[in-house]
Amino acid sequence: MAEFLAAAAAFVLACVGLALVRLLRGPTAADSMMAAQLLDTGGAAICLLLAASGGHEAIADVGLTFAVLAALAVAALSLRVRSPKPEGGKP
Amino acid sequence: MSLLLDTATVLLVLAGAFFFLAGTVGLLRFPDALSRLHALTKADTLGLGLIVLGLLPQMGSLPAALKLVLAWLLVQLASAGASQLIARLIHAGDANGPRS
Amino acid sequence: MMGVFDIALALLVLGVALMVVNAAETRAAVIAFIALGLLLALVWVRLGSVDVALTEAAIGGGATGILLLRACGRLRPSVSDTPQPGLGVRAAASALPTLLTIAIASVVLSPPTPAPSLAEAAAEALPDLGLGNPVTAVLLGYRALDTLLEKVVLLLALVGVWSLTSDGLWGGAPAELADGAAKPPLLLLARLLPPFGVVAGIYLVWAGADHPGGTFQGGAMLAGMWLLAMMAGLAAPPDTGNPRLRFALFVGPAAFLLVGFAGFLIADGFLAYPPGLAKPLIVAVEAALTLSIAVIIALMVAGPAMKAPR
Repeated sequence: MAEFLAAAAAFVLACVGLALVRLLRGPTAADSMMAAQLLDTGGAAICLLLAASGGHEAIADVGLTFAVLAALAVAALSLRVRSPKPEGGKP
Repeated sequence: MSLLLDTATVLLVLAGAFFFLAGTVGLLRFPDALSRLHALTKADTLGLGLIVLGLLPQMGSLPAALKLVLAWLLVQLASAGASQLIARLIHAGDANGPRS
Repeated sequence: MMGVFDIALALLVLGVALMVVNAAETRAAVIAFIALGLLLALVWVRLGSVDVALTEAAIGGGATGILLLRACGRLRPSVSDTPQPGLGVRAAASALPTLLTIAIASVVLSPPTPAPSLAEAAAEALPDLGLGNPVTAVLLGYRALDTLLEKVVLLLALVGVWSLTSDGLWGGAPAELADGAAKPPLLLLARLLPPFGVVAGIYLVWAGADHPGGTFQGGAMLAGMWLLAMMAGLAAPPDTGNPRLRFALFVGPAAFLLVGFAGFLIADGFLAYPPGLAKPLIVAVEAALTLSIAVIIALMVAGPAMKAPR
């Protein structure tokens, strides 16, 4: 069972890796945000599989952290880029 | 009983992995950004759900199993919000613009 | 079978690292760097350091990524007169890191047997501290002095970031993180995710006593949730001169120092814990530290003051 789950983790990693490389090379803003979302879902899946395949149960905590913080990354990427100008004062 | 649970785990995890593969193939092959987003959000989240269902019998304790379910729910929430954000961007026509 | 996973992960990490270095523009490099941080968290999991994996996911995916994205947005597009370095120069430049990697790999992969390790000694004293996680025992017990100094360094780093503001604006609020466009999905995320994130952050600190976790991981998670609220426009960055904010900033190092000096009175010396009281003291210090770390990280990402103080 542990071997099977490890193999499943490797398979999901391969899928995530392929898609990630394509998305990171993609030129548009949507591609970057999709890369973050892919890591959110895929990273959580890999962590949960690693936790169940005989690893530390705390690896599921890493999966939880992935879920929350990758969403944060997508949110940060959705903000439009602008340079804030300081009001008054000297730069 | 444990053989039944193990079989269920294997089948569900295989199904989940298959959906991850489908999501990746969709991401790589679909022609436009919205369908790629669809493949990513729907297929990968379903894949994770099936994997979580399959792993539930394998966890040693109830808190560990609940943690798995919580992770699944959080990923669903995150995916829902993230995919809507990305879809807005694509719909507004920025998808063909530069990265920033 | 794990070997297959490890090799695939190593190749992916190398590939994404190459993409960071070879990206066409800065923002693309930053996005690849965020992805690299999350992948490195997986590497740490495979190396058995779940505490470090939690920190890498929390900081690399959250605070560092947002910080770099904001910095990237403030750079002027770079116009350089010098041409791109040629292939020969790049090959020569990559020779030194490659040699270094080979040297480190050969040292790590052939350690002396038995490999020197303090793990047993560290594990022996765990029951005296009342902790189950050796990492927390090292951070807050055996090497508490290092941790105290690190927290002070964090505070100094924040002061350094604040010092970038212009004279008339000292004490004011940093620039808004939100970009002014109303985005319902972002508002939904910022309303629904923080409750879970805050509970998860507190859980990471509490669980850090016996399982992987700790103040830094929990604090980074809490900072991430505050940053999410600020990015959605639900919360405005506070005035950096706000007294309550400043109290939150130094309550962590101050509590640590207080416990440290109390060690002279109730135990053997500076930062020594009396037997039996060790765990409550450590938990109290951790609570204060988590608050401070969360506020420090969030404010470092928010940046120096850009508005006049109210």
